[in-house]
Amino acid sequence: MAVVFQAIGAATALSSANVFDSKRIQFSYGRSLSERKASICAVRSDGMLYSGSSPRGRKPEPLISNAVATKAEGSTASAASKPGHELLLYEALREGLEEEMARDPTVCVIGEDVGHYGGSYKVTRGLAEKYGDLRVLDTPIAENSFTGMAIGAAMTGLRPIVEGMNMGFLLLAFNQISNNCGMLHYTSGGQFTIPVVIRGPGGVGRQLGAEHSQRLESYFQSIPGIQLVACSTPYNAKGLMKAAIRSENPVILFEHVLLYNLKERIPDEEYVLNLEEAEMVRPGEHVTILTYSRMRYHVMQATKMLVNKGYDPEVIDIRSLKPFDLYTIGNSVKKTHRVLIVEECMRTGGIGASLTAAINENFHDYLDAPIVCLSSQDVPTPYAGTLEEWTVVQPPQIVTAVEQLCQLQ
Amino acid sequence: MASTFSTPATKLIQPPSLNFSPTPTTNRTSRSPIKSLFHPLKNHNHKLRLNKCNSAPSHGQSTTVVAVSDTVKKPKSTPTLPNLLITKEEGLELYEDMILGRYFEDMCAQMYYRGKMFGFVHLYNGQEAVSTGFIKLLKQQDSVVSTYRDHVHALSKGVPARAVMSELFGRTTGCCRGQGGSMHMFSKEHNLLGGFAFIGEGIPVATGAAFTSKYRREVLKEDDCDHVSVAFFGDGTANNGQFFECLNMAALWKLPIVFVVENNLWAIGMSHLRATSVPEIWKKGPAFGMPGVHVDGMDVLKVREVAKEAINRARRGEGPTLVECETYRFRGHSLADPDELRDPSEKSHYATRDPITALKKYMFDNNLVSEAELKAIEKKIDELVEEAVEFADSSPHPPRTQLLENVFADPRGFGIGPDGKYRCEDPKFTEGTAHV
Repeated sequence: MAVVFQAIGAATALSSANVFDSKRIQFSYGRSLSERKASICAVRSDGMLYSGSSPRGRKPEPLISNAVATKAEGSTASAASKPGHELLLYEALREGLEEEMARDPTVCVIGEDVGHYGGSYKVTRGLAEKYGDLRVLDTPIAENSFTGMAIGAAMTGLRPIVEGMNMGFLLLAFNQISNNCGMLHYTSGGQFTIPVVIRGPGGVGRQLGAEHSQRLESYFQSIPGIQLVACSTPYNAKGLMKAAIRSENPVILFEHVLLYNLKERIPDEEYVLNLEEAEMVRPGEHVTILTYSRMRYHVMQATKMLVNKGYDPEVIDIRSLKPFDLYTIGNSVKKTHRVLIVEECMRTGGIGASLTAAINENFHDYLDAPIVCLSSQDVPTPYAGTLEEWTVVQPPQIVTAVEQLCQLQ
Repeated sequence: MASTFSTPATKLIQPPSLNFSPTPTTNRTSRSPIKSLFHPLKNHNHKLRLNKCNSAPSHGQSTTVVAVSDTVKKPKSTPTLPNLLITKEEGLELYEDMILGRYFEDMCAQMYYRGKMFGFVHLYNGQEAVSTGFIKLLKQQDSVVSTYRDHVHALSKGVPARAVMSELFGRTTGCCRGQGGSMHMFSKEHNLLGGFAFIGEGIPVATGAAFTSKYRREVLKEDDCDHVSVAFFGDGTANNGQFFECLNMAALWKLPIVFVVENNLWAIGMSHLRATSVPEIWKKGPAFGMPGVHVDGMDVLKVREVAKEAINRARRGEGPTLVECETYRFRGHSLADPDELRDPSEKSHYATRDPITALKKYMFDNNLVSEAELKAIEKKIDELVEEAVEFADSSPHPPRTQLLENVFADPRGFGIGPDGKYRCEDPKFTEGTAHV
């Protein structure tokens, strides 16, 4: 199986799983495990102790540890114990959107088929009937121009949300996103703000073909003046949507085509998440796994297998793709000393590449091993199901990577 | 000299559904596509340009400018009591604005060659009639969007000359704190939405401003909101996709916007006729369902009449208008352009149709002003521009602390640093030396 590694200093062009020099293997599997078992006693952010050796095969609970509750009390465990309501991710997005539209009449939606059709992934269903055709505007197929139009509207007082029917279509809007969205606040000397949210589904789906399976986060990350966030659960989808709408900065919110039907129970009361913070999905001791969007679920699947094998990975959903939350990431690196990045982005110039550089720059002293980065292959996503599967990172690759990483000195 | 006012200026083609009375169209003979350079003095079949400038001047008679909503008046053959288009005050205001534009741009050229400003500087000499003709009719809340040739649009809209000059010098007192430069003039106070370096990318922004105006009226129920937005761009832009996409959207939603094409026949070195399959840009308006108007852009009064109607049309909620102003830039594309490609006879032809000279003549012929009054204005503007240069010269350069400001409206967007604090709280951030 072809695994893509980005280990600093290690050989490139890896084609087999047996990469590492056997001389470098210091610990045998069993010995390391017994040494580690005694020392595992992690404290979760809500104050509860747990023993790391118990199998944690359950799905991640929505930890509220990084929530910014709008009622000014930073409730952590309390929100998790309230009943809440269950919904799908796209409904969570819609709920966030609807709450913001009700709260602020200048919030409007602009995009193709967002109005009468209800959005190609139903995120805006029902909103046009409620708020009218001008507030939920169906546009002609002219991404560059309607994104520019949203920017002009934002400069003159509105707060538009631009929906790209597929993130890939926003390549056509790159002129406006790079030149105007990112730059106008600066080139106008701070006179005009662009509080626009650009959102849409991206990522590799189920045999959607190369052009509909693009991951644009890597293309946008160099643009100065914009923030990139990626949601992965209904909880953080709603929170990030609300935060993005309320932010004065232009924000690009990346959703994933395959995550729209995830179901989760989220709190009834209003909450807004922090755009710049990462989310601790599963605290651990042995290795830090950084991920975002759909790969979070591949990582959690792999984590199930890893825990059964005795490993204790710490999983962080970085959520904020630009800027990186170096505090959460740094604390984790300082604890585990090993980093694995799992992403769906392309290997070359992707988010993982930037993250690797950032961690190396800031936390080099804390690393016991080179950072390993698993990314998608640098190929246009093939249509054939088997080929598509090999393009993205799969859980067995993650397990292998963690095993090898933990065996390194 | 040139009697720019003696010929019918506007030709109007309406889509059938609108109830403007259609004008008889003149016989537009086809241009020879092989001809790469325009020779106005040869080949009278080139109806693209009004080439009746060689005819004898009329006897101070009224112009036959036709407003968009009126039927074309036939030119009067005998002079009657002049039917003046402007009052004395308006005339002086227009004159002052055009002189300001002209003197300012000439000063820019001087300052550029003296090394006070750098980069790409695009001057507006010769096109003042378009800026003055349109922008002087706007209110402060109306928006203007321009291109890189935006100094004079900024001045006409009301941005102080000293703020524009400081911006060109890159000083912190510039209208954009020195961060924008020649091609990015912005003013929130005067609703100048820029200043864009890539052609065509300002048109959607203007469309967005018009959308906000309609939104305010219809969604936010601000009934008195009738803000209009005016987008200026050139002939080269009229071949760009964003132009067509915005024409479509503006007409579809009846946005209060006026699209003004400043057709100066040249896009750097590319002649409009070599770049465009159908060179009459005004014809592209009706294709999208809006009136397309063609006006002599070297004549501020004609431009003003057309502008009045187009702007009022937008204000009434009847939708957009496409106005093609035929104009000419006396200088090269930018100060770095040697301007060797254009025919000297073409340049001298347009030099005789200088809009400032034409307005002056009109006002003298109709006894609106005296020589002394105009001289006073010229002196005043001279001093104003000199003062602007002095102000800019003595203004401070931006300090390093300004480097990281204004990247984000909310500087938390720079993220959280390894120490847990937001980067923007780092003292080095405000010094401009922080590593973000």
